[in-house]
Amino acid sequence: MASTEPAVVCSGLVRRYGERRALDGIDLTLGQGQTLVVFGPNGAGKTTLLRVLATLLRPSEGDASLLGSDLRKEGWKVRSKVGFLGHQSLCYGDLTARENLRYHARLHGVSDPAARIEALLEQARLSDRGDERVFGYSRGMLQRLAICRAVLHEPELLLLDEPRSNLDPAAIEQVEPLIGAAEGRTRVIASHDPAGGLAEADLVLGLRSGAAILLEPAAQVTTDQIGELYR
Amino acid sequence: MPTTKSLYGRRLTGYAIATAIVLTASIALAFFYAPIEVDQGFSQKIFYIHVPLAIVTLGGFVFGGIFGIQYLRSGDTRHDLRSYTAIHQGLIFCIGALITGCIWAKAAWGQWWVWDEPTLVSFLIVFLLYCTYQPLRFSIEDPERQARYAAVFAVVAGVFVPVNFIAVRLASPLIHPRVLGSSGGSLPNDMRIAFYSALLGITLLFITICKYEMASKHSRAQLAALRRSLSEENDEPAAVRTAAPRIAIK
Amino acid sequence: MSAARPPSTLSAARAVLYKELTLERRAPQTLTAMALFCASAFVIFHFALGRDAIEGALASGVLWVTLTLAALLGIGRSFVADREEGGLDGFLLAPAPRTALLIAKATTLFIFLLIVGVLAALLFSVLLLGPTPSASQWASIALLIVLADLGIALVGTLIAGIAIQTRARDLITSILALPLLIPLLIAVTKASEPLLSVGGGTLAWRWLALLGLYDLIFGLLAYALFDYLVED
Repeated sequence: MASTEPAVVCSGLVRRYGERRALDGIDLTLGQGQTLVVFGPNGAGKTTLLRVLATLLRPSEGDASLLGSDLRKEGWKVRSKVGFLGHQSLCYGDLTARENLRYHARLHGVSDPAARIEALLEQARLSDRGDERVFGYSRGMLQRLAICRAVLHEPELLLLDEPRSNLDPAAIEQVEPLIGAAEGRTRVIASHDPAGGLAEADLVLGLRSGAAILLEPAAQVTTDQIGELYR
Repeated sequence: MPTTKSLYGRRLTGYAIATAIVLTASIALAFFYAPIEVDQGFSQKIFYIHVPLAIVTLGGFVFGGIFGIQYLRSGDTRHDLRSYTAIHQGLIFCIGALITGCIWAKAAWGQWWVWDEPTLVSFLIVFLLYCTYQPLRFSIEDPERQARYAAVFAVVAGVFVPVNFIAVRLASPLIHPRVLGSSGGSLPNDMRIAFYSALLGITLLFITICKYEMASKHSRAQLAALRRSLSEENDEPAAVRTAAPRIAIK
Repeated sequence: MSAARPPSTLSAARAVLYKELTLERRAPQTLTAMALFCASAFVIFHFALGRDAIEGALASGVLWVTLTLAALLGIGRSFVADREEGGLDGFLLAPAPRTALLIAKATTLFIFLLIVGVLAALLFSVLLLGPTPSASQWASIALLIVLADLGIALVGTLIAGIAIQTRARDLITSILALPLLIPLLIAVTKASEPLLSVGGGTLAWRWLALLGLYDLIFGLLAYALFDYLVED
């Protein structure tokens, strides 16, 4: 694959719920290995954008391609390269952490699942409790497990919806290698934290009522501008 | 900005006039031209309305399924509106077919309902299934998903109809001796003319009502869009719960 | 660079099936509820009909109405665990074919229905059934249970897929499933009738053919339409 090819390209992306436009014509280009941070008040369309990119929602209008694959036509290709972390853990409460990860590993066709799962659980400090059923987990543990699930198949592109919610500073440190900036890893992050979000961003997208009202390289954006979005 | 280009209901007047003429003519034919049937007497006249209603009902359901397939393939909401209208009106005609069937049963066999009449029983089952179409649509809020699920229902139900007819017919060992085949194939000539004109009249009635419903839905949507474009501040339509298809005004 | 290859339909279906059965083993709610429902229904029929033993058409009707209503419980539960905590999204995010979900869900329901069907038939023969079926009649009943449960599982999975995204989930499941299952019930009750009669009888082929036709048609429909239900 040509490394000069952008990782995410959206042109005129629209997603409607009935007549309401949750996304109203988003155009953006994100280079490989870069991080896009999406800001905006609740209901601005951050989650919708991530879900559209994750192929969970079909775009109503416009086009998008991820890592060279068309979102509409080659959804299955996109899925194997994308890791999505949403508000829900996507794990079954009556399965253990290991069983949940094994299930997702089989669905993704991960080649050496056992080793990969152990390494991830170790990293997220869940190894000791990996054979417990997930329904007894605290919010923080569940979030760490959800992160393991999202990166299980070593995706090139991460779509992270407020990835650090429910995590204490120590846990944030632990999962940093999994979801933090890294060589060859492209990220799209929805965030509510202006300072923290801006610090890891290469590109900033500000949404309000589904429309992009701010799209600038992070170096040219101040935290005040981001605060302005929430006004 | 709404335009008059997408106006529905052109030729509606023509259809309405044709319906009125053909229906009147067919009623006249049924009562004054077709002979009184030997075994059943005057009550057999209901045949000229009952059987066409039943045939048109099935036609409506079949077209509901076909438009459902077209919607699933194209995602064009006009097909959803067509599928909805065909099934909606088909259901109303189905009620008509059931009621006239009951009346006929009462006149011919002295009972309002007969279980050994497979066509009537099949119609009741089909009616029960299509009755769930509106509740299903109503319980899905997102219009796009509503249309998609309704289309899936329309296809499943459309395939269900013949399977159901086969099952019910197999289950009724003795079929009522009927002088008149429901297809009209074994009818004497004068009866056949009256029957086919009635079938044409009811079909035209069905088409006219469907076109009327679509035109009405469409103009209401256009009116709402115009209202919205006139009032500046309230740009977003309020969320509504409805079983009817939403029409996008370009 | 990622060391993953998309799984085949069969291996994805196996993964989902294994997950479903593990969940039911951990929290055996659905099967217990279905079995208990059948037992209670037989007791109710005993009092409601005022009979100690029934046979023929009545016996066939009681057995299959009970099994159908029990199946509604299973259909209603089919996607519940996937809704909580977004398990359905978890599946949709994977590069696995969507048909795998249909296969796994229908197989799960089929297995549940088979277990409940066998238990209920045995219980029914002890509690309510007058005549004692011969070995070959039992074999015929078993064949009917398999064919009917296959149809119920296919239609049920399709309906569960529709109902999961609706507001009034339980209501939609029941009002959709019952009319759709009427042809299947006609076939299976008519076919069971001679098997449960005094003096006994044999299986009529035309009912088997009708059941087979029903299973085939709705199997193909479910296969063709299921994608539209889970994709968005």
